[in-house]
Amino acid sequence: MTTLIKAEQLTRYYGKHCAVNQLSFSLAKGQILGFLGANGAGKTTTLQMLCGNLAPTSGEIQVNGFDMLKQAKLAKRSLGYVPDTPPLYKELSVNEFLRYCAQLHGVPKADIPAAVKLAETRCGLTDVADRLIANLSKGYQQRIGIAQAIVHNPDVIILDEPTVGLDPLQIIEIRNLIRELGRNHGVIFSTHILSEVQELCTDVLIIRQGACVLNARIDALPAEKSLEAIFIELMQAGDL
Amino acid sequence: MNLMLVIAAREFKTLFLSPLAWTILAILQFILAFLFLTQVENFTMLQPQLATMDNAPSLTDITVTPLFGNAGIILLLVTPLLTMRLICEERRNKTLTLLLSAPLSNAEIIIGKYLGSLGLFALIVGLITLMPLSLLIGGTLDFGKLVANLLALSLLVSAFASIGLFMSCVASNPTIAAMGAFGSLFVLWILDWSAGLADKHSELLAYLSILRHFQNIQSGLINTADISYFLLFISLFLLLSIRRLDKEQL
Repeated sequence: MTTLIKAEQLTRYYGKHCAVNQLSFSLAKGQILGFLGANGAGKTTTLQMLCGNLAPTSGEIQVNGFDMLKQAKLAKRSLGYVPDTPPLYKELSVNEFLRYCAQLHGVPKADIPAAVKLAETRCGLTDVADRLIANLSKGYQQRIGIAQAIVHNPDVIILDEPTVGLDPLQIIEIRNLIRELGRNHGVIFSTHILSEVQELCTDVLIIRQGACVLNARIDALPAEKSLEAIFIELMQAGDL
Repeated sequence: MNLMLVIAAREFKTLFLSPLAWTILAILQFILAFLFLTQVENFTMLQPQLATMDNAPSLTDITVTPLFGNAGIILLLVTPLLTMRLICEERRNKTLTLLLSAPLSNAEIIIGKYLGSLGLFALIVGLITLMPLSLLIGGTLDFGKLVANLLALSLLVSAFASIGLFMSCVASNPTIAAMGAFGSLFVLWILDWSAGLADKHSELLAYLSILRHFQNIQSGLINTADISYFLLFISLFLLLSIRRLDKEQL
């Protein structure tokens, strides 16, 4: 298995507050890593650092062998990021927006129409391709957010709470999409829904107050305990 | 380089998706056309007197120079409105993440945005230049002076836009960005006034005043010192904008 992401000793301070503390993990092709933690545990901060939106105070990130700080452009080429609020230009149509994203990620001009079409098909956006993003529902906007991250066919896809605010049917669709993406890409996604992790992921990473408390394969977890029980146990262990 | 132009093209097109650019273009053109008309009227009234004078000011002096001067003042008011949303709105709508996660350097983002807004300003300056060109139907123009005016206004607006962009990087909200840009431009414009007080004459303030350099070029004296003033001005604020964006990631 090829290692796609390697994070070592990631630390991030906001002033004196330590948001992420000495976090190390790695991601390989075909892995879906579920990223869990209570509110404010440092999930979003970690994901932002992985995507080069935020510089770590110390530590190292390698994406596809490229250092995120020293070779940011090459590293970012292999990344697709869906932040918690999908970054959408609402005054554009879905087609225009995805074309722009493909251009920004350096997809060759001749391949852009095919890439946009593929992303739209995978995210179920074909019917709304010509509509303005502003007029679409939240579910569709979330899917455009994902389409934007996969249009350049990156090796790693990072999703920050992709299923928040969606109806049950849309959640299932997005989960199927993530599962499908996981076959050919490395996927990291953060969530609060534990059953989602159990169902989808190959690996789980739990952090508390910025530090890693569990990093394991799902099938290596004790079978008699549910993930929920493990999660609650880990969270309470720190409070004592 | 290529990606910079992608951002620039997007920015330019986005400006025209909102009514703001259209409204500003229309109002600007109306006001300036009105002022231009007054100048032309002036010229036709003065013509008999001018004919008897030695070294009389030409048609270009009476119509073109005031037109570009007025355009400078009006653009001082308008530029902050056009530049306020450049970075600020991206940050508010959380779309800045898209640019930051793409394989782009911060310099490419800033310069791309800047070039996009310059596209609109080039259009504005172009439309303004059409007015004196219309005089060719019935008269002659001093093209040297016209080009000098064109250069002066282009440099002036580019400098305005660079401050506007910087303020948009700093401010958390477009109104504050517009106010900040307007305030700093206005101060730079009026610095020259205090330099004019006889006993408090300051070479430094006079040099910093944007108005003086603008008028120097406008009068046809194309001087390296004035041109480098504008180029330094623009580079300084672009650099500060890039630094500001860098700092956001730290």
